[in-house]
Amino acid sequence: MNTVTLTVKKQPELYLECENANPDAFAGKKAADIAKLGAYQGKEISTLGDFFTITGEAGATAADTKIIVNGDCTKMKYLGAKMTAGEMIVNSACDMYTGSWMKGGKLTVNGDVHSFCGLAMAGGEFTINGNAGNYLGAAYRGDWRGMSGGVLRVKGNAGSDVASFMIGGTLIVEGDVDIHLGTHMEGGTIILKGNANRRVGGQLVKGEIYVFGKINVMMPGYKPVGEKEMEVDGTKAMFTDFIGDLGERHPKRKGEVVWGHIYMKN
Amino acid sequence: MSEYIIKNGHVFDATQGIKGDKKDICVKDGKIVDKVGSSAKVIDAKDKTVMAGALEVHAHVAGPKVNAGRWYRPEDKHFDSHKKPGITRIEGGKSIPTVFKTGYEYARLGFTFAMEAAMPPLYARHVHEEIHDTPIIDEAALPVFGNNWFVMEYIKNNEIENTAAYIAWILRQTKGYGIKCVNPGGTEAWAWGLNCLTIHDQVPYFEITPAEIITGLIKANEYLGLPHSFHIHQNDLGNPGNYKTTIDSLKLAEGIKATNNFGREQVMHSTHLQFHAYKGTNWGDFESGAKEVMDYVNKQKNLTIDTGNVTLDETTTMTADGPFEHHLHGLNHLKWFNVDVELETAAGIVPFIYDPNNAVFASQWAVGLEIALYAKDPMRCFITTDHPNAGPFTRYPRVYSWLMSKKVRDERLNTFKKADKVIAATNLANIDREITLYELSQMTRAGPAKCLGLSKDYGGLKPGMNADIAIYNINPDKFPSSGAEIEKAFANVAYLFKDGKICVEGGKVVDMGKKNTFWVDAKVPENKQVMHDIREKFLRYYSVNEANYPVPESYAPHQHIISVDATTKA
Amino acid sequence: MPKEVTDVICPFCGTLCDDLIITVSDDNKTILGVKNACAIGAEKFNHQRLPGRVKRPRMRQADGTYKEITYDEAIDWTAKMLVKSRKTLMYGWASTSCQAMSIGHEIAEKVGGIVDNCATVCHGSSLIAIEDVGVPSCTLGEIKNRADCVIFWGCNPAHAHPRHMSRYSIFPRGFFTVKGHKGRKIYAVDCRYTDTAKCADEFIQVQQGFDYELLNAFRTAVRGDALPDTVGGVPKEKIYEIAEAFKTARFGIIFFGMGLTHTMGRNHNIDIAINLTRDMNEYTKFAIMAMRGHWNVTGSGQVLGWQYGFPYAVDLSRRDQARHQTGETTSVDLLNRSEVEACFYIATDPGAHFPVDAMISSSRKPTVTIDPHINCTTEISDIHIPVAMVGVETGGCAYRMDNVPIETRKVVEPPEGMLTDEELLTKINKRVDELMAKGGA
Repeated sequence: MNTVTLTVKKQPELYLECENANPDAFAGKKAADIAKLGAYQGKEISTLGDFFTITGEAGATAADTKIIVNGDCTKMKYLGAKMTAGEMIVNSACDMYTGSWMKGGKLTVNGDVHSFCGLAMAGGEFTINGNAGNYLGAAYRGDWRGMSGGVLRVKGNAGSDVASFMIGGTLIVEGDVDIHLGTHMEGGTIILKGNANRRVGGQLVKGEIYVFGKINVMMPGYKPVGEKEMEVDGTKAMFTDFIGDLGERHPKRKGEVVWGHIYMKN
Repeated sequence: MSEYIIKNGHVFDATQGIKGDKKDICVKDGKIVDKVGSSAKVIDAKDKTVMAGALEVHAHVAGPKVNAGRWYRPEDKHFDSHKKPGITRIEGGKSIPTVFKTGYEYARLGFTFAMEAAMPPLYARHVHEEIHDTPIIDEAALPVFGNNWFVMEYIKNNEIENTAAYIAWILRQTKGYGIKCVNPGGTEAWAWGLNCLTIHDQVPYFEITPAEIITGLIKANEYLGLPHSFHIHQNDLGNPGNYKTTIDSLKLAEGIKATNNFGREQVMHSTHLQFHAYKGTNWGDFESGAKEVMDYVNKQKNLTIDTGNVTLDETTTMTADGPFEHHLHGLNHLKWFNVDVELETAAGIVPFIYDPNNAVFASQWAVGLEIALYAKDPMRCFITTDHPNAGPFTRYPRVYSWLMSKKVRDERLNTFKKADKVIAATNLANIDREITLYELSQMTRAGPAKCLGLSKDYGGLKPGMNADIAIYNINPDKFPSSGAEIEKAFANVAYLFKDGKICVEGGKVVDMGKKNTFWVDAKVPENKQVMHDIREKFLRYYSVNEANYPVPESYAPHQHIISVDATTKA
Repeated sequence: MPKEVTDVICPFCGTLCDDLIITVSDDNKTILGVKNACAIGAEKFNHQRLPGRVKRPRMRQADGTYKEITYDEAIDWTAKMLVKSRKTLMYGWASTSCQAMSIGHEIAEKVGGIVDNCATVCHGSSLIAIEDVGVPSCTLGEIKNRADCVIFWGCNPAHAHPRHMSRYSIFPRGFFTVKGHKGRKIYAVDCRYTDTAKCADEFIQVQQGFDYELLNAFRTAVRGDALPDTVGGVPKEKIYEIAEAFKTARFGIIFFGMGLTHTMGRNHNIDIAINLTRDMNEYTKFAIMAMRGHWNVTGSGQVLGWQYGFPYAVDLSRRDQARHQTGETTSVDLLNRSEVEACFYIATDPGAHFPVDAMISSSRKPTVTIDPHINCTTEISDIHIPVAMVGVETGGCAYRMDNVPIETRKVVEPPEGMLTDEELLTKINKRVDELMAKGGA
C-alpha cells in the first residue's frame, strides 16, 4: 500500500470543500497530480495543492492507497467522503461530512468532527477518536435510507439526531448522546456506552439500540418485556428488553410482529 | 428570421405519408415552406432521421403536486444537480426535474410541446408560473373536472349546457386547454377517506356515479367542440382485476361522435392504460390484461390512449387520484404527501421504486410495452411514461429501444430475476412486432397532435405547418442494433428547431426559443344560472374571492389561444 | 373623490386574506382607509403614508451616519459586492413577489449566492419534517367546508393569524359544516393557556418540551397499546379519550406553529405529528397544516422548489450545482460559522429575528439591505435600498400557507421615482452581467 501525506500549509478563509481528498480520487496519481485536484471555497476554485503540502504517491487503486492528513483541518469539509476502499487517517479535528457516503475502506479521525459525518454510510470502518456533532451516521435530508452498513465508532460524545433513518450497520458511541438517537430507524444496531438525553428510538420501526448508561426520559411508546444476558461490544451484562415504538407501524414475519428493541443495561 | 434548408435527411411524416424518403425540408419565418432562397442556411441531414417536433400528450411537469414532489425529495437531486456549459441554468432532479431541466431535456429528446396533465383550477396560477419558467417547449395544462362540485351537481341534473358553460368559464379563468378527469367521483369520496372503485359506485352526498360523470363530461366536451377530447385517468387504477372497470369506462364512449373543427376523431382519451390493464384478483395471481383492453380499443375508432410505460427506475408517483396514493403508501410505507383542494380535486405523492427484481414491477413493465405493441392504429396510441409515475420522461429513449427492437426487449425480459414468472403472467415474450420509425412518428408526433386538435400546425412537416423539427443521428438504413445505441441516438437530437429557430444543436441547448402557452377560449351563450352559481359558491364555500381566482395575463406572456364558438348550440 | 379598491390581498401573514377593501385618494397616492383587515394587516397599509419614509438609497459613512445616494450608485455598489464575494448569503424574500424572487435566483446563480428565506428561522423545521415523512394536508377551504375536529397545537392564531379562526378554522359555516363553530370540536394543545386556547372546547396543557412524547403517546393510544400514567403532564385517560375522539371525527385537522417548530427536537415534533395524522387516515380523514407566518415565505419555497428542487437554504455558491442542508446552508449557521463573505438581505428583517451572534457576524461583512422601511437590519447595513411595498404599491404573486397562490394587487402608486423589487433586481442583474463580462469588479 502506498502512502500519501497531506500537510496543511494554508488555512482557508471560508471553509474548504475537499471532496477530492479521498483514496478514490487519489488512486493512480502522483503528488503533483493530486495537488491539481480541485478544492472549493464558494465560487473560488483552487486546488488541494494550494492548501496542502503533498508528498508520496497513491497506489494504482483506492485499495492500495493510504492517506495521512496532518495539520489543522477544522475548516475542511468532505474529508474521506464517498471513499470506497483504502485507508485514511486525519490527525486533526475536521469539519462537516467527514466520511459521508463512505462505502468501504478505513477512515480514522484523531480529533473531533462536526455534523453530518458518516452520513448515509454504507460500508467500511470509520473511527472518530474524539467527539462528533449532530447527524452522525444519519440519512441525507428526505432520504429514508440512512446508514446501511459498516462500523462507525465514536470514542467521545455525539450530538443530536445520531443514526436517524438507520437501516443497517453498526454505530457505537462510547460517550453520551444528545436527543433523538435512532429516530425512524428501520434496521441496524446502535450501541451507546454512555447516557442519552431524551427521545431514544422515536418512531423506530426495526433495529436494536443498546444503552449502557441512562436515558433521561424513556419514550412512552416503549414497554419492558423481560431481561436477557448478552455480550455487547465485548461487555457481558444483563439487559432489560424494551419493545417499541408501540406507536409506529411494524413489519410482520410469519404472522408475528417484528418489534424494535431498546436494551437497557441493568 | 433566418431561412433554413434541411438537406438529404430521411423524413418520417405521417401527415404526408412519407416513410423515410430523402427529402429536403425548408424553413422560413417559423414555418415549413416549399422552398427557400439561395441564402438559406443548409443543414446537412445526410444519414439522419428528420421528424416533426414530438408532442407529449400526458405528463406531470408543472404545478403544485409536481413541485411538492420536487421540494420534498431533496434526495432526488442531491447528487444530480449540475450546470452544463453554455447558456443553460442549473439542472436538478432525477424523477422530477426542475423546470429548467424539464424544458432542456424535452428539447434534447426532440419534443416541442408538453401537456401538463392535471391542473387543479384553484392552483392554476401556480401551474402557469411554472410553465412560464420552463424554457423552450410549448406547454398547455388540463384542468381537472371529474370531482368538481359544480360539474357533479349539473350532471346529476342532466344539465349539459350548464356543465359546458361552467367548463368554458374555468378554461378562461385558468387558461386551461381541455377536460381532464381523474378517478371520477373517487377523489371527492377521498375527501371523506373513501373511494369509488367501479364506475357504478355512488359518490358520497352527491348521489352520482363515475359513469354518469364520464358520460356528462364527454357530452359537454362535444357540446363545446373543444380541440382535445375528454381525457380520463380511470377509476381503480393500479389494482389487479381492474381491466373490467377499464373496458366498462371505455364503453361509455360508444355511439358518441366527435364534434369539432380541429380534425379530432376521438371523444375519449384514456391515459396511462398500462395501469388499467391488469387481470387477476391480487398481486399473487396478477396477469396482463393488455390484450383484452387493446382488443376493445382497436375496435373503437373514437378512442385514443397513451401507454404509461414503466421504466424500472426509482421515481415519484403523483396523481390527483388521492385515494390511490394513500393505498400505495400503505404498500411501500414511503413518505406520503396529500393535498385536498376545496370543491375541486385532490392530489397525492409517494416515491416509488420499480425494482426489476420484483415480478410485479417487471410485469407492469411488460404490460406497458404490450399496450403499444398490440395497438393496431399508431395514430391512436401514444407513448408516455405518465411522467413521473411510471418513470421519468427522460427515459423515453429507453422505452423506444424496447419497442423498436425485439432483441433489446427480450434481453431485458429474459434477464429479470423472476423472468419465468413475468413471462407466464404476460404475453410479451410472444410478441414479435417492432415499432418502425414511421410508426414512432405517428405515436409521438402526428397522433398526439391530432388527438390534441393541433394537427393543422403541429406533428408534421407539411408546408404551412409550424417549423418544429427534430433531427436525430439515426440512419434508418443502418438502424442501431443495441439498446445503448438506440438510446443514445434518441436522447440527444442532432438539431431541434422550435418555431423555425435552432434551439438544440448536437444535444446542446443553444437558444431558449419562444415559449408559448396554449389555452382554449370557448365561447358559450350567456348563462345567468351558471354565473349565479359561481358567485354563490365563491361567496360561501371557496377560501379565495372570485376576483382573485383568474390567472393574470402576465403569467403567460406568449399565449397561443385557440378559440371555439359554441354560442350557436343553444 | 376617494375610491375603493376591492378584493385586496393583505400583505402581512400567511393567511393571505383577499377580501380587503382599501380607500385611496383621488390621485392614487394615499391610503385613506382599510376595511376587513385585522389590526396588523391594517397597520401594513398605514405604513405606506407614514412621514419620514426613506425614498432614496442610503449609504453608511465612516462616522455611522447615512448619506443619500442614487439608485445607480447603490446598484453598482451591490453588484460589485456580489461579484467580488466568494460566497454570499442572500436571505429574506418573504415579503416580496415570486416574480422578484425569480430574478434574485438568477443573480444568485451567477454570483454564487446562498438563497435562504424566513423558513430558516420559522417553519424550516416543518419543511425538514415534510422532506422526511411527507404530509397529508388540504386547502383552507376544505377545513371551512368539512372539518368537525380542529386541533391547534403550539400555535396561537388569535395573535399571529388574527382572521384565521373566522375565515377558515373555527367559525365559518361551510358546505358540510352548516352549524359553524357549534358543529366543530376545537382542541388547543399548548404549554400555556393562550387566547386561542380560550376559544377551544378542550385545552390540553402539555409540559414544555414534551410534545414529542405526547404525540408518541397519542399514536400509541390510537393503536390501543398501554401508556404510562401521565405523559408530558397529561393523564393517560385523557389521552385515550382524545385519541378516540380523533378517530370518530369525520374530518380532522391539526394546525401547528412555533410551539412545535421551535422547541426541543424541532422537526421531529412535526414529523411525529404528521405521522399521527397519517395514522388517523386509517380510521377517518385527517389533515395537518403549518401555520406559516411570513407573508410569502411559502412562495419563496415554491419558486426555489421549481427552479432548484429545495424549499429553502439553497446553496448555489459553487454556481454549477444546487445543494441544501439544514444546519449547513441555513443562514444562522452560515453567519455563526462566518462561512459567507457578504450579506444581501431583501424583504425581511433578520436583525429583528436572528440570534445576536449571527447578526454580530453579519455586521462585520459588506451588507446590502433592500426593504421599504428602516428596520434593525438596515441599521447594520452598508447600503439600504428602499423599494415599493409589494402588495400595496406594486402587485406580484404570493403563496398562502396552504400553497394557494394569489396575485396581489397594487393599491396606490409608490413614491415618485421609487423602484419595485423586480425593477431593482433586474438592474442589479444587468450590472452583474456587465461586471462579469469585464471579468470581475
